[in-house]
Amino acid sequence: MRQSKSVVKDNKLGPLIVRIAGLLIIALTLSIGLFLVIRGMGTFVKFHHSITEFLFSSNWAPTDSATASGGNVGAAIYIAGSLLTCGLALLIVLPFSIGAAIFMTEISAKAGKKIFQPAIEIFVGIPSVVYGWIGLTVLVPFIRDVFHAKMGGYSVLAASIVLAVMIFPTITTVSVDAIRSVPDSYRRAAYGLASTRWQVIYKIVLPASKSGIMTGIILGLSRAFGEALAVAMVIGKTRAFPKDLLSPTNNLTAAIASDMGNTASGGEHNLALWSMALLLLIISVTCIFLIHLIGARAKKNERA
Amino acid sequence: MNDKRKGIQRAKRINTAMTAILYLIGGSILLLIFVLAAYIIIKGLLSYYPGILSTDRNGILNQLFNTIYLVFLSLLISVPLGVLAGIYMAEYAKENKLTRFLRICIESLSSLPSIVIGLFGYLVLILMTGANWNLMAGAITVSILSLPAITTTTEDAIRALPKSYKQASMALSATQWTSIVKVLLPAASKRIITGIILAAGRGFGEAAALLYTAGQSTRLNWSNWDLTAKTCPLNPFRPGETLSLHIWLMRTEGSLNPHSEQIANFSAMVLVIMVLLFSLTARILSNKINSKKTGLKE
Repeated sequence: MRQSKSVVKDNKLGPLIVRIAGLLIIALTLSIGLFLVIRGMGTFVKFHHSITEFLFSSNWAPTDSATASGGNVGAAIYIAGSLLTCGLALLIVLPFSIGAAIFMTEISAKAGKKIFQPAIEIFVGIPSVVYGWIGLTVLVPFIRDVFHAKMGGYSVLAASIVLAVMIFPTITTVSVDAIRSVPDSYRRAAYGLASTRWQVIYKIVLPASKSGIMTGIILGLSRAFGEALAVAMVIGKTRAFPKDLLSPTNNLTAAIASDMGNTASGGEHNLALWSMALLLLIISVTCIFLIHLIGARAKKNERA
Repeated sequence: MNDKRKGIQRAKRINTAMTAILYLIGGSILLLIFVLAAYIIIKGLLSYYPGILSTDRNGILNQLFNTIYLVFLSLLISVPLGVLAGIYMAEYAKENKLTRFLRICIESLSSLPSIVIGLFGYLVLILMTGANWNLMAGAITVSILSLPAITTTTEDAIRALPKSYKQASMALSATQWTSIVKVLLPAASKRIITGIILAAGRGFGEAAALLYTAGQSTRLNWSNWDLTAKTCPLNPFRPGETLSLHIWLMRTEGSLNPHSEQIANFSAMVLVIMVLLFSLTARILSNKINSKKTGLKE
């Protein structure tokens, strides 16, 4: 390094402090992972339940005392609730997100910057509790009155719509960046061959930005899986598989948020909730891994 | 020949149809955000009653104070740590395994669900210390949530500076550290502050991470200024329910408060206005930076 050769001695303390700050972030992340693994494994280590039971059984009847065991910890209903609401939310939001991203880049870049960008910032700015509150005061009564849902409108559908609105900004922003980074020469070449604008979008721009859009989708999904209170307010928190999209169910985050405080610490019920939290952590780390995989593959394709 | 012309016409028709659909999607999104914002604000205003802006149990001022105080405390932790780590990433970190791992850590941290981080805070700061729910635990938990954003903003802000800044400073025989403190940080400060304001705005709305850390109750005595007292507003080691948690509790836990619906409506409005003011400030600041850089006035 050049500065070490300079006549003036560099401050030793400053660089040391910033290095410690960096190491502290590593330590923090590792300890979050470690604590969650230790707590979350309790269900399987301390109470000897099998991972298959936790993942695939729907028999959820854990005992709630610090020492007694013998209950059942099948979390399949919660897991299915999370998967179903997130999947449906993705289906709802995709046309809007990709449509908006195309509009902001290919149709009107000016409106994209001046109108859509601030609008998306407002979407991001609304806190998740407020989304839940709107879901509760508008969406739930609406579903109850229009579709005559049996459980008063608390439903998979309501949760999915709330989630869709919440992950809209994430997917749109990443997709916009991906589409913008498609070189203009691609478009010019396609227009030069007398393509219509839609042909350019559909045949050239979208395939070229595919990996970026996938990254956005995974980021959005990861956000949807972790969202707690907004979903908890509209999903109905009923421990049953939903019969249709209009019936209530429960999911991982809502169960953790509402039950964690009412269980004896270290008990079977309590540790089962920690296992759910560990599952959420694993899902979110898997998402990061997938994004890196997609990025690496896109780079490889570019070089080839 | 005829087939070809038909094909072209078909492509044109599809093009027109898809353009119309895209306009429709764009329009409906703008309509949705407009309706959402209007709904929050109108519903909030209509729910006003005298006494909602008070510190008794029908008012929300205590919760509002807790929210601001908690975010302030969290920034006291996340800003120094995030800025320092950002400096490390931009100026000192070499491209090696450790740095790559640190990057993955920051990325994972930023994508962890807030309820998971909330549980970590609950475990370490409440269960393991044996403390009651307290504001400080909530503040530390929120600071973990905003740490990745502040770190990345700082790194990006320093990296975006022209190389000549540092070269000029070093040519005047300033050391690397002096260059960072006296030249690079001041030059990057506006972008860093923008990032901090955005992080603070997000902190206002956080709820899931606070459920089991900052707690779900608040009792303040505004004439008690003994910092160790449970009812002293400035005591960071007392339970401190925030505005966003207040909305959640008013609407879900079968609150006994007869005004619970109005309180939730009004709180949502206050919360959204606060967050939007912060993001508006951040936007104005970042626009200023951009126009200064290009030398254009807009």
